[in-house]
Amino acid sequence: MNDSINFSLITSEIFILCAICFIMIVDLFQRDKERNLTYALTQLTLIILFFIEYNHINNESVIAFSGHWIVDKLSTVLKLSIYLITFISILYARPFISHRNMMRGEYYLLTLFAVSGMMIMVSANSFLTVYLGLELLSLSLYTLVALQRDSKLASESAVKFFVMGGLASGFLLYGISLIYGISGSVIIADVAQNYLTNDIDLVSQFGLVFIVIGIAFKFGAVPFHMWLPDIYHGSPSSVTAFIASVPKIAAFGMTMRLLVGAFPLFVQDWTNMILVIALLSIIFGNLVAVSQSNLKRLLAYSAIAHIGYFLLGIVPATDASYSASMYYIIVYAFMTVAGFGIVIFMSVENKEYQEISDLRGLGRYHPWYALMFTVVMASLAGIPPFIGFWPKLEIFRHLISNGMIIEATIAIAFSVIGLFYYLKVIKEMYFEDATQSPEISSSRSLKIAISINCLLLILFGLMPDSIYHYCLDAFGVLA
Amino acid sequence: MIEKLPILSLLIWLPILGGMLVIFGPGQKHLRLSHWLSLLAAVVTFGLSLWALSEFDTSRYYFQFSEDRSWISSLGVRYSLGVDGISLPLIVLTSLMTMIVIVASWNNIKRRSSHYLAAFLVMCGLMNGVFAATDSILFYVFWEAMLIPMFLIIGIWGGDNRIYATLKFFIYTFFGSVFLLIALIYLGKQANSFNISVIQQMVIDLDTQKLIFFAFLIAFAVKVPMWPVHTWLPDAHVQAPTGGSVILAAIMLKMGTYGFVRFMLPIVPDASMVMADFMIVLSLIAVVYIGFVALAQKDMKKLIAYSSIAHMGFVTLGLFISFALLADKQVDAAIMAIQGGLVQMISHGFISGALFLCIGVLYDRLHSRNISDYGGVVNVMPRFAMFFMLFAMANSGLPGTSGFIGEFFVIVASLQTSFWIALLAGTTLVLAAAYTLWMFKRVIFGDVANEKVAALRDLKMREYLVMAVLAILVLLLGLFPGPLLEVMRTSVEHLIDCNLISKLSAEGMCS
Repeated sequence: MNDSINFSLITSEIFILCAICFIMIVDLFQRDKERNLTYALTQLTLIILFFIEYNHINNESVIAFSGHWIVDKLSTVLKLSIYLITFISILYARPFISHRNMMRGEYYLLTLFAVSGMMIMVSANSFLTVYLGLELLSLSLYTLVALQRDSKLASESAVKFFVMGGLASGFLLYGISLIYGISGSVIIADVAQNYLTNDIDLVSQFGLVFIVIGIAFKFGAVPFHMWLPDIYHGSPSSVTAFIASVPKIAAFGMTMRLLVGAFPLFVQDWTNMILVIALLSIIFGNLVAVSQSNLKRLLAYSAIAHIGYFLLGIVPATDASYSASMYYIIVYAFMTVAGFGIVIFMSVENKEYQEISDLRGLGRYHPWYALMFTVVMASLAGIPPFIGFWPKLEIFRHLISNGMIIEATIAIAFSVIGLFYYLKVIKEMYFEDATQSPEISSSRSLKIAISINCLLLILFGLMPDSIYHYCLDAFGVLA
Repeated sequence: MIEKLPILSLLIWLPILGGMLVIFGPGQKHLRLSHWLSLLAAVVTFGLSLWALSEFDTSRYYFQFSEDRSWISSLGVRYSLGVDGISLPLIVLTSLMTMIVIVASWNNIKRRSSHYLAAFLVMCGLMNGVFAATDSILFYVFWEAMLIPMFLIIGIWGGDNRIYATLKFFIYTFFGSVFLLIALIYLGKQANSFNISVIQQMVIDLDTQKLIFFAFLIAFAVKVPMWPVHTWLPDAHVQAPTGGSVILAAIMLKMGTYGFVRFMLPIVPDASMVMADFMIVLSLIAVVYIGFVALAQKDMKKLIAYSSIAHMGFVTLGLFISFALLADKQVDAAIMAIQGGLVQMISHGFISGALFLCIGVLYDRLHSRNISDYGGVVNVMPRFAMFFMLFAMANSGLPGTSGFIGEFFVIVASLQTSFWIALLAGTTLVLAAAYTLWMFKRVIFGDVANEKVAALRDLKMREYLVMAVLAILVLLLGLFPGPLLEVMRTSVEHLIDCNLISKLSAEGMCS
């Protein structure tokens, strides 16, 4: 079974590659400055991928291609959410890039390349495949950030992102090489098998440290977070919306494959490391976010804090807690794409409105959008009944039922500090007097997209089971 | 057929949907229509709550009008609602006060008034949800969600320092409730169900009980608010618009004491028993110390805010003195103490709401809350002065008004256990009379203080109506407390008989 070459398992990957090539050629012959056809084809690709994947949702877990590839419920659910949120982020991106001299076919193509990298990451069953997917994703993202060539800030971010990303990949690769040296295999299942028969040695633990650091780097968890605010801030907002949301889902898949898949016997080692990283992220992210006045930077530091909560869910190391983490990361991606959607929404033709104070008067002049943004902020803050509350609740529930009441208390106490800066945004929209109406995007598709995105945050908040069900199913803990 | 009507769901969702309809329907464009629509929603809600009251079977202690639906099956959280004799009067109070606030702020809000009324409707639904929820996570959801409309009400329509006040209000209460969340998750995990009745029947050892007790205490004490976590309340009250103050004082503060009755006393009775003295001391500090603080206030709203803290101290005193009484096997006195606390909750809802409305009436005309800006108001507003006097008297606990009943019950009950507690509690009768009546004297009596006061106009018909309704209720409750006590009696007896017995072992627990 392991050696089988079963192409039906990689239908979606083959499809996206073909689609990318096709769109690339179509794009070459396009005269339309708005690249409407490229845009339509990209979105169509994502929709088709969604349906291809959705058909596989009840399939059993299969390992193929000499053990390098795995298709299971986890990968399917993660891929589905990747398609969905990429779709939303492209909806947001179109009006934004068309005003900024970035309306080139490459934008869509690179996004699709990044998506295919993420698909490989979540379906990888060997260190090599993980790395392959990760690099495909990262290289596409570096280029996406650099796409706005005439912006100094974007170029600077691209270089920073590239250097930091390269460093993280280096760490990861070094750890992998150490593990390979000990276990003699890159296949995740074989690595895990190896430690069943052999003793746990110091070199493997050393290698594991590097793998954890690599993962923490990719997530931007404290103390490996320095790159994150600068890059979120410097990148074009539509790119930020993408890199802040979707790759986190893929990184979750990678974490599961690497840590849980390959090192089940090292649980004590990596949970301890992750616990420290998680708590530091929560504390640092929340405290620093309080003093931010730029909306993108605020969301960046809040991202660090959210990553902390999400990592905290991995710490109890039970299947149920992994599914809570997964729920968290999917919901987070969903909320954060809406959060940066706000930034895009406030960016009119040639001007960026990124300061929190630019939202002033929104409540008075555009009550509907103010309400929508309030929903996003309340959701990020974790106020029930919005969706952000439920994954937090689940994570705390698993912490408490595994006896980690003190950790849960710290995390919850810092979420109160987190509340403060989200409220600051709401305050700016409603309470501060404004003499003139803030400018908002005039794109109708963007208006509809952001409304739907925010309404879904309420709807899923009222029916949290609708997403959580799939997460539980992915880890086989559905009652 | 009519029994099948999900009346509690209606009480929750009807005002919420009504509020949404007002915002996104007529909104600011057709102000008159929005106002009438809001009033209609509020009246229907109030009517439903009255109907629930009339259908309520006072001889049964368990939850009535129950609804139970699967909501989040993977978490075991259910959409379950129900009311007993303790929560139903609070729901009626909520619906009534919302209606009154809507009438009272009819034309007084100049900016985005339709949104203002809609916010109160939404809040009414959420508050009804808090009182009706019998699933602890559902309770928590309503409990937190309720903060958002209040946050906006104070922040948008409040006074000069509104942003500071509203942030303080939100963060204080949110900080309290996260500990509630931890405790609820822990209990839900142990009991394997989030249903409050199931959790109440659970055996918990004393050390755990103490931890849970403090988690509950932080959450509910902030809301009540008890000394020393009361500092958000004066700020919030002073900055809030009149309607916000009314709802804050009349309903929101009751949530804290309701939490004590619904969660703390039944779930951790042994820890409550151990900590009863501590709680009694905190309550007495609220009654006495805050009473003196109120005496020193120059701002009318602040004065009433402090007086609210002192009066809520009476409620907590009544609830926790019952443990001291139970320890002496004085069951009847314990029932009396708890009933006194509960009656005080309702009566304070009427009185504080009415007083804030009175101050609102003055503020609308003169745009000042300072006592020193007034004087001799009786000469120009005799009808207003009459109502204000009634409410001031009720606030100081005059027999015949509702303020008397609760305080009397609690003092009589505490006399059974300790003369000194009763004496200290009794000082409220002097202190409340001192600060309320002294303020009343300075504002209402004397010569007309300045030209602005001389130009005051007496109550309009609408204001007159609102005041009259509240005045009748204050007197009615004061003269005939029987029906209210009857509604509460079985539930309170059940609370004493079944819920306040030791939870250290399963022995003797009612099923």
